[in-house]
Amino acid sequence: MTFQEVLAYDGPASTFFLQDELGDDARPGDAAYEAFMDTLRGRLEAMRASIDAGLASSAKSRTGMVGWNAKGLHEAEDRLNAPLLKRVQAYAMAVNEENARMGRIVAAPTAGSAGTLPGALIGVADHLGLDDEDLLLPMVTSAGVGGVISETMFIAGASGGCGAEIGPSAAMAAAAVTELLGGNAKAAMHAGALALVNTIGLVCDPVGGYVEVPCVSRNAFYSVHAVASAQMALSGLESFIPPDEVVGAMASVGRMLPTELRETGEGGIADTPTGRRIALQMAQD
Amino acid sequence: MAMLDVLGPVMIGPSSSHTAGACRLALLARHARLAPPARVTFTLHGSFAKTAHGHGTNVALIAGMLGMQPSDPRLPDAHDHARDAGLEVVFETADLGDVHPNTVRIDAEGPGGEDAVSLTGSSVGGGLVKVFNVNGFGIDFSGASHTLLVRHDDRPGVIARVARVVADDDGNIATLHSARKRKGGDAMMSVEMDKRLSQPALDYLASLGYVQWLRMLPEVLSGDGVPEDGALGEEPV
Repeated sequence: MTFQEVLAYDGPASTFFLQDELGDDARPGDAAYEAFMDTLRGRLEAMRASIDAGLASSAKSRTGMVGWNAKGLHEAEDRLNAPLLKRVQAYAMAVNEENARMGRIVAAPTAGSAGTLPGALIGVADHLGLDDEDLLLPMVTSAGVGGVISETMFIAGASGGCGAEIGPSAAMAAAAVTELLGGNAKAAMHAGALALVNTIGLVCDPVGGYVEVPCVSRNAFYSVHAVASAQMALSGLESFIPPDEVVGAMASVGRMLPTELRETGEGGIADTPTGRRIALQMAQD
Repeated sequence: MAMLDVLGPVMIGPSSSHTAGACRLALLARHARLAPPARVTFTLHGSFAKTAHGHGTNVALIAGMLGMQPSDPRLPDAHDHARDAGLEVVFETADLGDVHPNTVRIDAEGPGGEDAVSLTGSSVGGGLVKVFNVNGFGIDFSGASHTLLVRHDDRPGVIARVARVVADDDGNIATLHSARKRKGGDAMMSVEMDKRLSQPALDYLASLGYVQWLRMLPEVLSGDGVPEDGALGEEPV
């Protein structure tokens, strides 16, 4: 499937993706449709549970590098008077700090990028006081976007740096938020493309090889990035480069990255005096 | 990639490939045995060998061997559960050749070495897995469907017979891979299908003279739920 096919659909992207996944006769009430939605409902509950657990805990991860950031931000004074911004960031970090503590999360599409979608989607929904049932179709759209991207490149920092991991997750989140706020398929796909084009080239340089630094704060940043992409797309702004071509560029740049910058923990901030010290310490434990 | 594999799985962190995928490979190896093993050796290759500890790969493998799903909240304490269950666990590292960087060979056996199963597979990303060797036979399955494993004498008509039994059981074959040691020697096939084969059909296959061994492995890509207290997943057939 290409984004061009989705773009041309006159309606919400979730309808297009559901028809592709379950067939034309998949409608509410149909057994396959309801089973699919029940699974998504369970995953939404698991996302919420990970946000709640993460906001309530300041227990350190095994390395001691993260664990208190989400709670700290959540409880901090909102000096910007920007509650949405604060909420989205805190939710995203809550999920990734739970992940770092070996808590229970939903890979979206990976564990390392698990906070971006719930941060953006649930963060916006809670900000606006929306019902959880309203989030299911946007989740379909986000899964569809991830599926299309994964046809071109495997979504993982190891395959193409963080641009191939947090990039797709931000694109998924941007498309989901766009649909949640009433955007059609065209707007949702452009939101995804805008998010993706602005992550191209990002390296994957986890300190000590652990999914903690920079992953926890990065999910906070890119959940905000996703909300910004949705806001632009909802105003009618489009990605000048068509979404499928953006995916191609992301994959091409990802493959140009040296292996040191693809999830090996051997380059970037992992290869700093402090990064090397953490790696050495953990190896001796 | 199916949509529910993109937005999922529900899993214990921190890494979909190093934690969830590792757990699923061990879960498949567990289901390739009838009884819980007394001893298991995990031979880690590549990135699995280098970064296992930090990513919880070790505990995830043990958890899978105990029958836990990647979403099981007991996964981080799998070492303790293994001790309670009397499971002896050994970790080794080795170069398993020109394979995916996240590859493990799992050797599990009973107290006296009986019912030994050796399964080698890779965690290919996002929690998805690929098994490419069982007991020395090069086969291929992903755990996305129910998988029938049959070791049999290499002779004409065995694949047709198995396919017939699946069809008569109203089953639908998704993939089929077959390999043999040598012409007329031992052979193995892996058959991925949309639903598990019924017990009468399994009993029938097991009764055939040329069938040496068979197992029905469950699909392992769903399983978001938390199992009941103490329950360690579906019992093997």
